[in-house]
Amino acid sequence: MAKVEETLKRIQSQKGVQGIIIVNAEGIPIKTTMDNSSTVQYAGLIHQLMMKARSTVRDLDPQNDLTFLRVRSKKNEIMIAPDKDYFLIVIQNPTE
Amino acid sequence: MQGKSLVKPPDQLDLSEAELKEEFTRILTANNPHAPQNIVRYSFKERSYKPITSVDQLAVHFVLEGNLLHKDSDEARRQRAKQGIPEENAIETITESEEKPDTPADVVEDVGDSEEATGEERPDSVDPKPRKKEQKLTNQFNFSERASQTLNNPLRERECQTEPPPRAKFSATANQWEIYDAYVEELQKQEKIKEKQKSLPSKKEDDKGKKKTMLVENPSDDITKVTKVAKIIERMVTQNTFDDIAQDFKYFEDASDEFREHEGTLLPLWKFQYDKAKRLSVTALCWNQKYKDLFAVGLGSYEFTKQGRGMLLFYSLKNSTFPAYIFSTQAGVMCLDIHEQLSYLVAVGFYDGCVAVYNLKEDRPQPVYKSTTETGKHTDPVWQVKWQKDDMDNNHNFYSISSDGRVVSWTIVKNELVFTDIIRLSIEGAVSNGQEGIQIPAVACGTSFDFHKHIDYLFLVGTEEGKIHKCSKSYSSQFLETYTAHNMAVDAVKWNHFHPKVFISCSSDWTVKIWDHTIKSPMFTFDLNAAVGDVAWSPYSSTVFAAVTTDGKVHVFDLSFNKYEAICQQAVVAKKKTKLTHIEFNPVYPIIIVGDDRGYVTSLKLSPNLRKKPKEKKGQELPKGPEVEVAKMEKLLSLLREPESTPQD
Repeated sequence: MAKVEETLKRIQSQKGVQGIIIVNAEGIPIKTTMDNSSTVQYAGLIHQLMMKARSTVRDLDPQNDLTFLRVRSKKNEIMIAPDKDYFLIVIQNPTE
Repeated sequence: MQGKSLVKPPDQLDLSEAELKEEFTRILTANNPHAPQNIVRYSFKERSYKPITSVDQLAVHFVLEGNLLHKDSDEARRQRAKQGIPEENAIETITESEEKPDTPADVVEDVGDSEEATGEERPDSVDPKPRKKEQKLTNQFNFSERASQTLNNPLRERECQTEPPPRAKFSATANQWEIYDAYVEELQKQEKIKEKQKSLPSKKEDDKGKKKTMLVENPSDDITKVTKVAKIIERMVTQNTFDDIAQDFKYFEDASDEFREHEGTLLPLWKFQYDKAKRLSVTALCWNQKYKDLFAVGLGSYEFTKQGRGMLLFYSLKNSTFPAYIFSTQAGVMCLDIHEQLSYLVAVGFYDGCVAVYNLKEDRPQPVYKSTTETGKHTDPVWQVKWQKDDMDNNHNFYSISSDGRVVSWTIVKNELVFTDIIRLSIEGAVSNGQEGIQIPAVACGTSFDFHKHIDYLFLVGTEEGKIHKCSKSYSSQFLETYTAHNMAVDAVKWNHFHPKVFISCSSDWTVKIWDHTIKSPMFTFDLNAAVGDVAWSPYSSTVFAAVTTDGKVHVFDLSFNKYEAICQQAVVAKKKTKLTHIEFNPVYPIIIVGDDRGYVTSLKLSPNLRKKPKEKKGQELPKGPEVEVAKMEKLLSLLREPESTPQD
């Protein structure tokens, strides 16, 4: 359990990372380093995006699965890594 | 004028008065006066005439033939069946014809008949339906209905309400991949069951331990499941942070190499450091053969006085900020080797003489096997370990060499490490101090060894005295050959990856020498102006090798271009006092990792000149494959062999 916490701390301390959100399979955020309203917003929107992306990958080949998804925008980059029951969202500003 | 006298007919009897008063009894009987008083019949039985006992006295006065039938008689039923037919005449004729045979018998029943006939007609006319209802047979003369009400039991309603079954709404989509997932889960469950059945007795204890941990974890919102995902994210974030390095690693090619012939550069890429390993020096490096971006770093100390703990770290190029696996050890790690096929097995040699095997698949921080004083551990630091191919029983085994002069083979047999002394190194011609002139062969200290790439039994051993011995696994007492290599301890000896005869050795006497194992003197000797810590052949070319020195420089040589000098000499560490201790080439990528005595590992990219293949003349096809490399080397060597008198430098 401590290992995961450490990993998350390290991610948080990386350059330019704005926030980390852990969301469970139903789209409810269970751990976050950002404020409540943004967390809820991110979790809800990204959950849908992630389901869509995952379903796309799997429909093309059921033996395949989504490893991660990067959404790069002008201001920052949102990285989403899905798991069977959870998924992790990290928002980073890489140019900072 | 007749008088009132009795007129007497003339033929009347004259009776006297006494006779007139005579009473004559007259009896009224029911006898039929016309019936005969005696009838005699012939009895065949007695063969005589016999009088009949009684004479029938019945006198019929009046006979009237009626046309009524009893309603239950056959004829009546037949009639009723035909009642739908509107022919009354037919019925009548039928009845009449039927009546005639009935008449003699029906005499007595006349009275009853008439009543019945009327009664019969009524039900016939009233009853148009051909119902054959069983009517209650009632006494027609004397019948009265008598009914009484019985007590009805009072009815009571009894009901109970059950709880409605819990309902939940369930909705899901049945995609192709959801179905696939379900099947895969099924398969896994079945496999688990099979495994459980197989390993039930031995794993019971393990299961209990595991169950306890599982029970603790389940109720909480299981954050440990996020581990894998967290690792991926960490790599992604790191990739972003070190984006430029990643790009360089993949794509950067030093353009200036086109202008400099026979000279190359090393581009520094990632730097790997772990804060808990700061005071330790890198004592071993090894790339993983299966996962080409994973490498192992052994940390310990070369100083005799500064012995303490050690570490074993695994880094991945994808995440340079934190090691992928961390193992803490009690003694300093001096050497390590990753198994070629089973890349999760790592053999480690320690400063205190122990050897251990770690299994990366298991999550525990202790090694799977460890040698102890009983199981034949070395009495001096273990300088090198190397995995070998599985022996005939399919057991994994590895070799180790140590300063106590023993080359030991360790075999993993049924969860235990079993050791076998392969060879004992001895100094030739050692002068003994023993009593009575007994020669005690002094033990030589082995510092490095290497196994031939193709010939299994052949291996080289470098010793502290500066000698290199060529040995065979099958001969335990004798060396096949001995080369007087260096003046100081031989730090590394390595066979060439391509050419079967060539090997290289380096030593703290500042030299690097290249040998042909059939010839006793070195082919090439290079003086690097500082103690050489390690030397490594490149995996892509038979003539390229690299060496690291204690002055912080990396020297890369390519013998096909320049037989005398390095084509690249570069200082790779910031602080000049840092000594470089080890170097390894990556099997696929054009990078090298260099370890130093401060616990850092630096990765460097080789510029194109350092990886060059010899130019072929235009029009000729570029031959590829190891034969080319062998040929290249052979060419070089042949130049050297003929003029053996020419001094090499």
